[in-house]
Amino acid sequence: MNVTERTSEPPKLQVFRRVRELYGYREILLNLVRKELKVKYTASVLGAVWSLLNPVVFLIVFTFVVIVTGNNIKHFPVFLLSGLLAWNMFSVSLTQGARAVLDNANLVKKVYFPRELLPLAAIGVSLVDFVLQSAVLLLFMLATRYPVSLATLLLYPLSFLALLVFTTAVTFFVSALNVRYRDIQHLVNLGLLVWFWFTSIVYSGWLVQNYFVVVKGHPLFWKLYLLNPMTPIVMGFQRALYGVHVLVEAGKPAHTVLPDVSLMWVAGLLVAVLAASLILLRFTWGTFFRMSGDFAEEL
Amino acid sequence: MPAAIEIADVSKVFRLYREKPSSLKARLLSGRTRAEDFWALKNVTFEVPQGKSVALIGHNGSGKTTLLKCIAGILRPTEGIIRQRGRIAALLELGAGFHPELTGRENVYLNAAFLGLGRKDTDKVFDDIVGFAELGDFMDTQVKFYSSGMLVRLGFAVAVHVDPDILLIDEVLAVGDEAFQARCLDRVAQFQRDGRTIVLVTHALDTVRQICDQAVMLDHGAVYKVGQPDEVVRALRLKILHKDLDYATEEGSKEIEIMGAELIRASGATEGPVHPGESLTIQVDLKANTPIDDPVVSFALHDGTNRYVFGGDTVSEQIQLGRFDGKKRVTFHLRAMPLVQGRYWVTLGVHGRDASRVYHVQDQRYSFEVQQSGERRDQVFITMDAAVEDL
Repeated sequence: MNVTERTSEPPKLQVFRRVRELYGYREILLNLVRKELKVKYTASVLGAVWSLLNPVVFLIVFTFVVIVTGNNIKHFPVFLLSGLLAWNMFSVSLTQGARAVLDNANLVKKVYFPRELLPLAAIGVSLVDFVLQSAVLLLFMLATRYPVSLATLLLYPLSFLALLVFTTAVTFFVSALNVRYRDIQHLVNLGLLVWFWFTSIVYSGWLVQNYFVVVKGHPLFWKLYLLNPMTPIVMGFQRALYGVHVLVEAGKPAHTVLPDVSLMWVAGLLVAVLAASLILLRFTWGTFFRMSGDFAEEL
Repeated sequence: MPAAIEIADVSKVFRLYREKPSSLKARLLSGRTRAEDFWALKNVTFEVPQGKSVALIGHNGSGKTTLLKCIAGILRPTEGIIRQRGRIAALLELGAGFHPELTGRENVYLNAAFLGLGRKDTDKVFDDIVGFAELGDFMDTQVKFYSSGMLVRLGFAVAVHVDPDILLIDEVLAVGDEAFQARCLDRVAQFQRDGRTIVLVTHALDTVRQICDQAVMLDHGAVYKVGQPDEVVRALRLKILHKDLDYATEEGSKEIEIMGAELIRASGATEGPVHPGESLTIQVDLKANTPIDDPVVSFALHDGTNRYVFGGDTVSEQIQLGRFDGKKRVTFHLRAMPLVQGRYWVTLGVHGRDASRVYHVQDQRYSFEVQQSGERRDQVFITMDAAVEDL
C-alpha cells in the first residue's frame, strides 16, 4: 500500500513547505490549466484564435488613433505590442484570477488541494495567451526584419520575471478577497482601465518624462509616475523588443519614443520592482493562505 | 499500528455575519460589530484506527459535517492538528467536484487526479468506473446535462475506484435508487474486508449499527461520547429523552397530530422503573386538524440496541376509529410484560389503513426502564422463572 502521510496545515503560511507541496501538485496545475482552456474555448467556433484576435484589434484601433492625433510613432506595431502583450498577461490574470475561486466553487467545496492552484491556473492560462501572442509578434518582427540588439534583449528575461512575480502577487490578493467581497471583480475591471492609461503602453513614455521634467520642471512627478510597477515592467519589454529609444535619422536624433534613460538604469529599476514584488507576494500569499482555509464555507 | 486518522484538540471557528453581506458596501456600512464567532468544533480529540469504520453522529449543526470537511482537508482547523495516513477520498453531498462544462470523461480524469490518481492509472480503471456508474452512453456529454442521480453515481464510482486508503462519506448513501444504494453498501462492505478505513456521517442510526465498528457522537461541536455503536446510539437516544427533542425524528403530514403520550405504570405513576411482569399503559392523545376517515394508531417497542421487540395497532385489535374529528385518546394496555432489564423506546404513529398516508410518527420519542430485582440479568427479550428445588 502506498501510504501518504499528511498533517493538517498550520494556520500560518510557511513558504518553503508550501512551495514543496505546490510542486507536488504540478501535474494537477497543468490539468487545471488544460481544463480552463477547454472551458474557455468550448462552444466557441474560433477557439484559440480569439486570444490572437484581441491584440490585432487593439493594434488596428490604436494605429487609427495615433495617426489621427498626429502622434506618429515609428514602427508602431512593435512598440504597441511589446508593451500590450505584457499588459494583457497582467490584466487577464487579474480578471480571471479574481473569479478563479468562485468559478471553481464545486471543486473547492468537494476536494482537497492547495487553493493557490486556482489563481495559478488563471495565470497559467494568460501565460498561454502571452506565449501565443508573443510568437505572432516574433514572427512579425522576423518577417519585417526588425532590428534587435542583443544588449537590450537581455532586459527581456528580467522584465518577464518581474511581470510574473508582480502579477502573481496581485492576483493572489484579488482572488482571496473576491470570495468574501464579490465587488472586487468589478473594482478590478475599473481599476485596470485607469491603470492601463497611467502606463505608457499606447503613448510614448518619453512624452511623459519630457512633460514633467522639461516642460513643467517637476521631476518629482516623473518619479511618482515610475512608482507604478507596471511602468518599469512595460518599459523593460519595450526597451527589449522595440529597442532603440532615440531614433536617429540622417545622423541626428529625430524622434524620441521611450524615456531617455540608460539601459542599466532600466535594469536597476526592474530589479527594484522585482524585489518589491517578492515582498508583496509574501504578504498577499499569506493573506490568500489564511483566507483559503474558509473558502469552502464562504462559497 | 498507527491510527489512520488522529484528531488532536481540533477547534474550528466561523465568523458569522448576521445578514451575510457579500459586498464591500454592505460590509462597510454594517461595520465590524455584526460579526460573531461561532465555534463549530471545540477541542475535538479522537482517533480512527486503521481498517475500522467509524460513524459520526449528532443532531443537525453538531459539527459532524464540519469535522468531516476538516479531515478531508477542505476546511482548515482553527486550532489543533489532524494527521492522516493514507490516500483519502471524500464523498460529500452531491457530485464529487465536477465542472459542469466538461464531459463526464474529462471530469473523471480531473477528479481522479485530485484524488491522487495519474492519467495512466485512471486509464486502467476507467471502464470499471463507467460500468459501476452505468453511464456508458453519457461519458462524452457535458455533466451539466446530468441528473443529480447520475452525478452521485459518477461521484461514488470515481471515489471507490481511485483505491483510497481512507473513505469519507457524508450522507451520500441516502440518494440514488435502491439498486444503486445496495451496490454502494456492497462496495463499502468490500472496503471493510480490504481493511480500509471509513468515516461516515449519517442520520440513519440503523446504518451505524450495521456497518460501523465505532461511533463518535458530537454535541454542539464537542465530543459527547466515543465507543461501540450500540452504546453511542443509546447515548444519543438518552439525550433525546432528557431535553433536546431536536434529536427525535418526526414525520408526517400532521392532518392528525400526536399531542402527547403518557406511559402509565401499574401503580398509576407516569415515571419510575417498571419490573418484569408488570403492566404498562400507553396513553396517546390525538388531535385531528382535518376530519379523517378511519385512521390507524400504532405503537412499536425497541430495545436499547434498536432491535424491534414488539408492537401493535388498532386494526389488529379489531378497533375501528371511524370518522375522526377533534380530539381523541387511545390507550394500549400491555399486560404482564415479560421484559428483561434495560431501557425500551416507544415509537408512536398515526396513519391511513394502507400505510401509504402517514399523518404523524414520533420515532422513539418516549422510553421506560425495566429493572430486574436482585442479581438476575437476563440477556434476551424475555424473562422466565425456573423452579428451583434442593433435593
